[in-house]
Amino acid sequence: MDYLIAFVVGGMIVAIGQVIFDTTKLTMGHIMVIYVVTGSMLTALGIYDRIIQFAGAGASLPVSNFGYVLTKGVYEVLLAEGWAGVFNGVFQLAGGPIAAAIFFGFIFALIFRPKA
Amino acid sequence: METKHIGAQSVAFHSTPGILETFSIVGPKEGRGPWGNDFDTILPDEIYGEKTWEKAERKILIEGLSNVITKSGFEPKAIDFLLAGDLLNQIISANFAAASFPISFFGLYGACSTIAEALILGAMLIDGGYAQKVIAAASSHNKTAERQFRFPIEFGSQRPPTAQWTVTGCGTVLLAAGGPNPKVTCATVGKVVDLGSKDPNDLGTAMAPAAADTLVTHFRDFAKNTADYDLIVTGDLGRVGSSILAELMENAGFPFRGNHIDCGISIFATDEDVHAGGSGCAALAVGYSGYLHKRLLAGKINKILIAGTGALLSPLSTQQNENIPGVCHAVAIEVI
Amino acid sequence: MTEQSQAYQKLAQDHIPKPNYLKNTVNAFWVGGLICVVGQVFNNWFIAQGIAKSTAGAYTAITMIFIGALLTGLGVYDEIGKVGGAGSAIPITGFANTIVAAAMDFKAEGYVLGMAAQMYKIAGPVITYGITSAILAGLVQWLIWR
Repeated sequence: MDYLIAFVVGGMIVAIGQVIFDTTKLTMGHIMVIYVVTGSMLTALGIYDRIIQFAGAGASLPVSNFGYVLTKGVYEVLLAEGWAGVFNGVFQLAGGPIAAAIFFGFIFALIFRPKA
Repeated sequence: METKHIGAQSVAFHSTPGILETFSIVGPKEGRGPWGNDFDTILPDEIYGEKTWEKAERKILIEGLSNVITKSGFEPKAIDFLLAGDLLNQIISANFAAASFPISFFGLYGACSTIAEALILGAMLIDGGYAQKVIAAASSHNKTAERQFRFPIEFGSQRPPTAQWTVTGCGTVLLAAGGPNPKVTCATVGKVVDLGSKDPNDLGTAMAPAAADTLVTHFRDFAKNTADYDLIVTGDLGRVGSSILAELMENAGFPFRGNHIDCGISIFATDEDVHAGGSGCAALAVGYSGYLHKRLLAGKINKILIAGTGALLSPLSTQQNENIPGVCHAVAIEVI
Repeated sequence: MTEQSQAYQKLAQDHIPKPNYLKNTVNAFWVGGLICVVGQVFNNWFIAQGIAKSTAGAYTAITMIFIGALLTGLGVYDEIGKVGGAGSAIPITGFANTIVAAAMDFKAEGYVLGMAAQMYKIAGPVITYGITSAILAGLVQWLIWR
């Protein structure tokens, strides 16, 4: 069952992006930015947490989840440290994936070349 | 002194410079297309044994130039001028390729109209008595154009149906005073036309008004109409631009008589994933030096008007949301 | 815009083909959905190994980033993207694709100012807007709920 929900919810989240892409002149870069910022705002409103609880990877694989983990990290550290911790939490949860993206990006770019 | 300037924007070449030799090189995708048999060289891949795509484009242009000179039997020094251009910033392909030849060089930028611009200027140099032999050349490369104007090559994005696929290749044309048929007889030099197009993924719409403007001016300046040519060949309007051009010509009172082709549409097989068709300097350059030149020599067609179409944009102008003006230069090539 | 420009743009509209909205959206749906299912498989597997739920989420993201980066290096991800569109661009595998694609492309311009600088060409804005909005949104959330 969780696979079906992940498929449907994940599919719907990205399908919205496709509609934006096809009906506007925005590039995929713009749309990814929109998703991250939207994910961040939905997190602050307490909505994204619920979507993840319901849809699992259907909500945690789209890049909007990046906004979620960044924001959740900021919030959690603010709870623990107060004002002084406002910049300390961003990478609390998102650090691993960002480090992986940079590391694998670098390594694979060293190994491979663009194909024709 | 008698003037060779005709009407509003046209010139006539009294001595009708001849086209002595041509050479065309294309990539594998172009080689699979309907004109595949007409090209001199079809590359097995687009990197051509080089380390970068930009070096590959330069090598294609150098090979195209070397071969047209070798085919003609002349020494490189016997060529008076080389007129060449490409799409890359500061026309590095043409500039660097020219460094391999001991020939006086004019670097040109007319976007995808460059080969027509080069042919007109070359014919003027010869007709004016300033040169005996001139080479006109232009190149483009799909991967160098993608990198400069769009996204990284392996980026997984989609292209809208109006997008075009830059042709990989180069075409070179050797003009000679008193040369044989086919001959360059007259030309119309285009104005830059800006009708408010902004979409860098729809260059056909940006260029079509310039093409219509130049073609209509050509027919008016020489009191001709579309039926006076066996073929009217545009460079890279693609399906969208060609369809718009047909309507604009109809509205202007110069409808095509089923005698218009666009190199961007014709060069690729219909099942290739190229959306609205091909684009790039090489579209018309290889279209002429490959397909059209051979048809003229074989007597299958005798009188053609080739119209190079250029969309005038840069990555910077696009990001600053500037309009994309177009330009079009038309050259008549005839077997007399 | 001048009157002539407006008239021309209106004329041109009739010639400009529209994307196949339905086909593109359906393709994005199943490609994106399928990527999420793969993520769910990894997520469930990590949890079955006894890894805490929150950590399993990060492991899943890292695994998917690895896959996206590898498929980009192998020249496969842009082919998936032609079909999937937003379906393969918006999942985290697509984020990895932007980094590897840009990094490979700019290797020719050197390993420091080319590859390492340009690899953030598309991912950079995502990180920049993500962090800025996260700090603002997290702060607002904290001010309301503390």
